[in-house]
Amino acid sequence: MAGQSTYVPKTGFTRWLDERLPILRLANDTMTTFPTPRNLNFWYSFGGILTFMLAIQIVTGIVLAMHYVPNSTLAFDSVENIMRDVNYGWLLRYMHSNGASFFFLAVYIHIFRGLYYGSYKAPREVLWILGVIIYVLMIATAFLGYVLPWGQMSFWAATVITNLFSSIDQLVPHAGTAITQWLWGGFAVGDPTLNRFFSLHYLLPFIIAGVVVLHIWALHVPGNNNPLGIDVKGPQDTVPFHPYYTVKDAFYLSLFVILYAIVVFYLPNMLVEPDNYVPANPLVTPPEIVPEWYLLPFYAMLRSIPQKLIGVIVLFGALAVPLFVPWLDTSRVRSMRFRPLAKQFFWALVIDCILLGYLGAHRPDAVFPGTGIPMLPFARLGTAYYYAYFLVILPLLGLLETPRPLPATIATSVIGSGVEQVNAPAE
Amino acid sequence: MATTTAAEPTRRDFLYIATGAAGAIGVALTAWPFLDQMNPSASVLALSSVEFDLSPVQEGQQVTIMWRGKPVFVRRRTQKEIAEARAVPVSSLPDQLARNANLPDTAQATDQDRTIKPEWLILIGICTHLGCIPLDHQGDFGGYLCPCHGSQYDTAGRIRRGPAPENLYVPPYSFLGPTKIKIG
Repeated sequence: MAGQSTYVPKTGFTRWLDERLPILRLANDTMTTFPTPRNLNFWYSFGGILTFMLAIQIVTGIVLAMHYVPNSTLAFDSVENIMRDVNYGWLLRYMHSNGASFFFLAVYIHIFRGLYYGSYKAPREVLWILGVIIYVLMIATAFLGYVLPWGQMSFWAATVITNLFSSIDQLVPHAGTAITQWLWGGFAVGDPTLNRFFSLHYLLPFIIAGVVVLHIWALHVPGNNNPLGIDVKGPQDTVPFHPYYTVKDAFYLSLFVILYAIVVFYLPNMLVEPDNYVPANPLVTPPEIVPEWYLLPFYAMLRSIPQKLIGVIVLFGALAVPLFVPWLDTSRVRSMRFRPLAKQFFWALVIDCILLGYLGAHRPDAVFPGTGIPMLPFARLGTAYYYAYFLVILPLLGLLETPRPLPATIATSVIGSGVEQVNAPAE
Repeated sequence: MATTTAAEPTRRDFLYIATGAAGAIGVALTAWPFLDQMNPSASVLALSSVEFDLSPVQEGQQVTIMWRGKPVFVRRRTQKEIAEARAVPVSSLPDQLARNANLPDTAQATDQDRTIKPEWLILIGICTHLGCIPLDHQGDFGGYLCPCHGSQYDTAGRIRRGPAPENLYVPPYSFLGPTKIKIG
């Protein structure tokens, strides 16, 4: 799909520029004439939405940094100053803090869409791996940002997460402690920690933007996957990216932004732990430390394991396992539309992640309200299913499952059988 | 002629390897300041000891003081608490090391090796699981209960149940007088 450029400069200036820096050619080939499968549905609009949210986070973040002070005695007050005194500071901060939530909402839909339609399979393995890397960078950035307001949840989240590295002490004595002190710049989370977290929180979004460029590059080599999961066989299967998908993406982006605006303006603290409006106090641990909603499934996995080092390995392993899914899924059929068994296991995974998110918000010794049933066995079962989906179910299903017959081409499936004969001579 | 052709590549090879080696060593040496700047600075290390007067602390009471940015528990134990801690055989403990900075690393987690004077239990008040502050006089063993993930410690600050892997650490400290200690 990539390779042959269709760009023809029309004016003297663009011809002159094209011979020196073919940037308009790049824009034309990637965003205008780029041949895109004609059957992409709603779920394919989240790539564009994610690019938009990254831009929102960078722009609001740069502006907030003009007013924020990364010092342990001043940070909390500077955030309150942004909220009360800086012109529209409340709006900018609510856009940024809720922007993170909507960024993650979009990325989860984007990831599960990739899992459902088999977008990770050959020839898109590198595209998928770059996506997992972006997701891990997003988690790191979100965690660093959560620390900056220097409320109770900020402080104790920083303490708990950096202490995950102290589990290395169980493998190499003193090494884990040395790493945590190196991360803290002291003997506990404090001023040096806050300062470096701010520096890195400012840096990482630009690294994300760089990997996003690689991600889009890797997308444009094989071209988009599609809901049928079959290859594009010729021009009859595609439409130009512009105007077909620019308009489609813009429409769904508008709906997404309306939802985002409703939360920013009417429910800005819906997803915030009230404890984070209490200034950080190193001598008092809040009754319960929980991360933001988008990390709760991983927190549930960590808390379901009674052994420290194994809990940490399970937590990080859950982020690493998806890197290998292109090779763990042995089925040749990409789209789960044609995989009757895999489809059911996929939806079980979606429910499993939501359940783990619910369990992650509660203490490990909690019981389901009104029933007296303990939550811990479910958290363990949910963790086991998450791993089993990737390590056992996907490898076996490719061998055991009989997929339904695939349509011959995208065009015959979308428009009808007549189109193939009409377009056949052109091939 | 033959010697010239043999010498030419040898000198080039030498310069090539020498330049590469100088570059690699230079990068490694330059990287170190960028890594080491993250470690605790001199001003942080300078705040390494505090003195504390024990006399206001009543039996059965605990106070918390700050040392190196961390909470330190100073607990005046009752005779019952001391007796309970001493009745536990070391072999039944999840972590059998004293974790006492005043003793060798191999010291056993007997109650005697957890304190200098049995009445005074001095501990770094940080759960060895993920760094929360345990609550004193709580839990099934009368010592400490960590509210984050449910680790339980006994009246000598030793881990008895839950995800924490190690006993609460005993900081380096010494008695300057009958009722005065120096931590650090």
